Amino acid sequence: MKKIFTDLIVIGAGPAGMAAALKAGRMGIKNILMIDRLHEPGGILQQCIHNGFGLQKFKRDLTGPEFANHYIYKLSRTNIKLMLHTMAVEITRDGKVLIANGKDGLVEVTPKAIILAMGCRERTRQQVSIPGTRPSGIFTAGVAQRFMNIEGFIPGKEVVVVGSGDIGMIMARRMTLEGAKVHAVTEILPYPGGLTRNVAQCLNDYNIPLYLKHAVVEIYGRERVTGVKIDQLDEQGAPTNESFKVDCDTLLFSVGLIPENELSRMIPLELSPLTGGPFIDDNYQTSREGVFICGNAAFVNDLADYASTEGELAGASAANYINDALNISTRVRVVPGCNTRFVVPNYITRSDSVTLYMRVTMPMVNVEVTSTDLIVNIKKPIVKPSEMIEIKLNKEQLEKIKKLKEFKIGARPCK
Amino acid sequence: MPSNYNIAIIGGGIVGNAIARELSRYELTVILIEKEIEVSFGVSKANSGIIHSAVHDDMQTLKGRLCLQGNALWGKLSQELRIPFEKVGEIIVARNKEDLQVLKDMFDNARKINIPAEMVEGGRLRELEPNLNPEINTALLVPSAGVIPPYEMTYALYENAMQNGVEYLLDSKVTKIVRDGKSFVITAGSSEIKTDYVINAAGVYADEVARFVGADNFRIKPRKGEEYILDKRLDDINNHIIFPTPNPKSKGILIIKTIEGSTMIGPTAEDINDKEDTSTSDAGLKKVLDFVRTMIHDIPRKDIIASFAGIRPIADSNDFIIEESRNVHRFINVAGIQSPGLTAAPAIALMVANILRQKGMKLEQKKEFKKYDKPHRRFSLATNKEKELLIKLNPSYGNIICRCEEVTEAEVVAAIKIGAKTTDGIKLRTRAGMGRCQGGFCLHHVMRILSRELNLPEETITKRGGASLVVKGKR
Amino acid sequence: MPGPVNEKKFICIICPIGCAVIVKSDPGGNIIEVLGNKCKKGDKYAREEFTMPMRVLTSTVAIEGAAISRLPVRTSNVIPKDKLSDCMKEIQKFKARAPVKCGDKLIENILGLEVDVIATRNLST
Repeated sequence: MKKIFTDLIVIGAGPAGMAAALKAGRMGIKNILMIDRLHEPGGILQQCIHNGFGLQKFKRDLTGPEFANHYIYKLSRTNIKLMLHTMAVEITRDGKVLIANGKDGLVEVTPKAIILAMGCRERTRQQVSIPGTRPSGIFTAGVAQRFMNIEGFIPGKEVVVVGSGDIGMIMARRMTLEGAKVHAVTEILPYPGGLTRNVAQCLNDYNIPLYLKHAVVEIYGRERVTGVKIDQLDEQGAPTNESFKVDCDTLLFSVGLIPENELSRMIPLELSPLTGGPFIDDNYQTSREGVFICGNAAFVNDLADYASTEGELAGASAANYINDALNISTRVRVVPGCNTRFVVPNYITRSDSVTLYMRVTMPMVNVEVTSTDLIVNIKKPIVKPSEMIEIKLNKEQLEKIKKLKEFKIGARPCK
Repeated sequence: MPSNYNIAIIGGGIVGNAIARELSRYELTVILIEKEIEVSFGVSKANSGIIHSAVHDDMQTLKGRLCLQGNALWGKLSQELRIPFEKVGEIIVARNKEDLQVLKDMFDNARKINIPAEMVEGGRLRELEPNLNPEINTALLVPSAGVIPPYEMTYALYENAMQNGVEYLLDSKVTKIVRDGKSFVITAGSSEIKTDYVINAAGVYADEVARFVGADNFRIKPRKGEEYILDKRLDDINNHIIFPTPNPKSKGILIIKTIEGSTMIGPTAEDINDKEDTSTSDAGLKKVLDFVRTMIHDIPRKDIIASFAGIRPIADSNDFIIEESRNVHRFINVAGIQSPGLTAAPAIALMVANILRQKGMKLEQKKEFKKYDKPHRRFSLATNKEKELLIKLNPSYGNIICRCEEVTEAEVVAAIKIGAKTTDGIKLRTRAGMGRCQGGFCLHHVMRILSRELNLPEETITKRGGASLVVKGKR
Repeated sequence: MPGPVNEKKFICIICPIGCAVIVKSDPGGNIIEVLGNKCKKGDKYAREEFTMPMRVLTSTVAIEGAAISRLPVRTSNVIPKDKLSDCMKEIQKFKARAPVKCGDKLIENILGLEVDVIATRNLST
């Protein structure tokens, strides 16, 4: 078997992976190998042809491919080795990575550090248990997006979108612009699952009805989808049998994202049940020394901007680790408090600065984001599950936090 | 294409293909006619893959006897066809006093017909199945039950039959059968097939096919069964196939350990009217989950990664019908093959061959019966050394197109060479699309490869033939 | 003279609050009142949305000679929302040829709106 010895291997060349590899390179790491299963770098960004990327990071309104291009260009000016069409098949207990592609066959890579940046996958129809038939015409929104924007296929003509996640709303607009009729977007919760901006510019702009507290309860069609039954839900989320049928030939599912964790499970890394990704500290290091993770593979981010920022942190940490300069003295567990679905990273070790990301469980107005000993105490007019909250911790705050056994942070109504 | 076949088999499921392969040992011209675009797309498209021990079956019934015979034949058959067969064993649990008595009777019956069985309880039961609910204390262990990959098996029978000269006419629904002297002329699709004998293995449509020549002294009623496949992380909840103590209608809802190692729960048993109704239902899922809860523990809904439903063809007698039609000579019905049809399949094939012999057909063994040389290997099951070798011999083994099940381009190409034309066909043969992401990553790869190999535009590729186009066009 | 008052609702997208802003207008289309906004930015947004909503249009065009068959494109600036459909029709007619660089002008001054349609990625031959 071909063997490669390298300083760093980055698995996934999306925004997180590319940012990580570039950062590690800037910090002096000489041998960096980046692999990706697609035929080109950029990850999911190449199919996200809509704008809204880079608003935070570059203060510009870019499309996905433009955001990717920023990194791809930088990459081309380094000697980071990029292997495309390449899948990471296995990560062994002793930290070797087995990769495979048609040209090189099976290759054993021995790295000093690993950065996982595989992104995430979509929740499927089966995982939300919608009964009925299994005809063609059922896609997750991301697959339909790929089909449309890269392969040039027309997924369908009469569409119902299940779930008001961002990808579903983006595709509702996209398909409408390309001549399809989107009859409905259904959402089981009483509020939309994606960004408000998308509700306005993808649904309202095109008069696409959004049915909150509604669920698709049955799918019809023998060979191809012919329709769905949509039911109104009550306060507890149970079907009320106030249902109606919608004829359609295509269903797009946008019911959530799950960090891609086949490799994480293999190592194995300790996974957090709250995020679906591994437990991480503020160096983006996992429960396994020398294994770092960033982007959607760590936890589902709203914005590619955050994914690439995490990538930079992971890249820097991996570089420090390789140079024996990653010194961890104490670590403090970070736990979600009031109305908080998750907060990451799960451990604080640093003293300089740390950014926490949190997602609330339910929308709330006039909130205080507060923590143990009120070390964090920020007022926010509104918090929503679909919009991640960024909490930047400074030196003073970290000094106080590091004296604690546990640091809890949550969002509660203002007193 | 010969002008006259000796045998025409109608129906390309596990039974039709088992018969085809068996008959391909003899100097006979055999053709198998299947209405779907690929074999195994009818009743056999939904199968649990269980090789039953026959401990549940009544030896007074044909299905019982053939199950017992079949079980004994699976070791050899699986070896010949290089299909894995694992005797995981079955554990039939008692949940109350009545169950206990039924189990004791089953145990006695098993002893009588030499099925190895053992009553287990307490600590021993816990050792065998640590996750059983604490109230369950007694069970019957039957080690001769096992599991196979059912679709792989059907395709292996099909490929071996083809190797040995059986012709296949696919995508051809039988619309007429007329008598022509002692022979028959079958109109199927746009073809006309003349044949001496007809073997009717047409699944849920066996009665309707028999009706063409008045050979239908039976009715087939559909009985639906829903199955649910669990996430890999629940692989180890059971070590054997766990059965409840059976009731007169069905073997019950099971916790199945598939050959892949994954866990499947089901099937339900619902008498329905529509022979094509393979929809799953909320009620069905609830039944399965409620039931499993009484045996093991709660299964969260989010851990269900796939579901399907199949139709069992139930004859009015509730037994197999394997005989020459009383009204129509040389028309052999192989109908009502419900569970344990898969287990019985090799025995059914032998029985059909015997019927032909009895009716005067000359079954002369071919000098050379080609052994099944499995043309493609499962990359995901190979060792690293084997993987290396595979890639060296064929670089497209290095192109992994399905992340979840680790399926390579080479396997997809091999499946297409042997007759896969649809994304479901690829799925059933290679497992691409069966994993956690349910085709999210691999679907476009599968379409691209199908398009390239079959020289068809990608937008004409279907999920399973007919109008099930994957997409509605290309810009 | 009082007449019927039209009410149009908007979700403001300037900040995460997403105020539901109502613009009241007269039959002549003149804004009478803007309600529901918590800040001045919301007022401005609602007025713009009412009088002349502008959007960036993103789509794909056919491309020949590249590894993939679609090239993602965007309008170089916002265009009136009511021109999105006509713009789409123009874009759908266009066929690009590789090589293309990110930022290349594909359609200049589309529909006379003084906005170009540009490529948003590189695609080589």
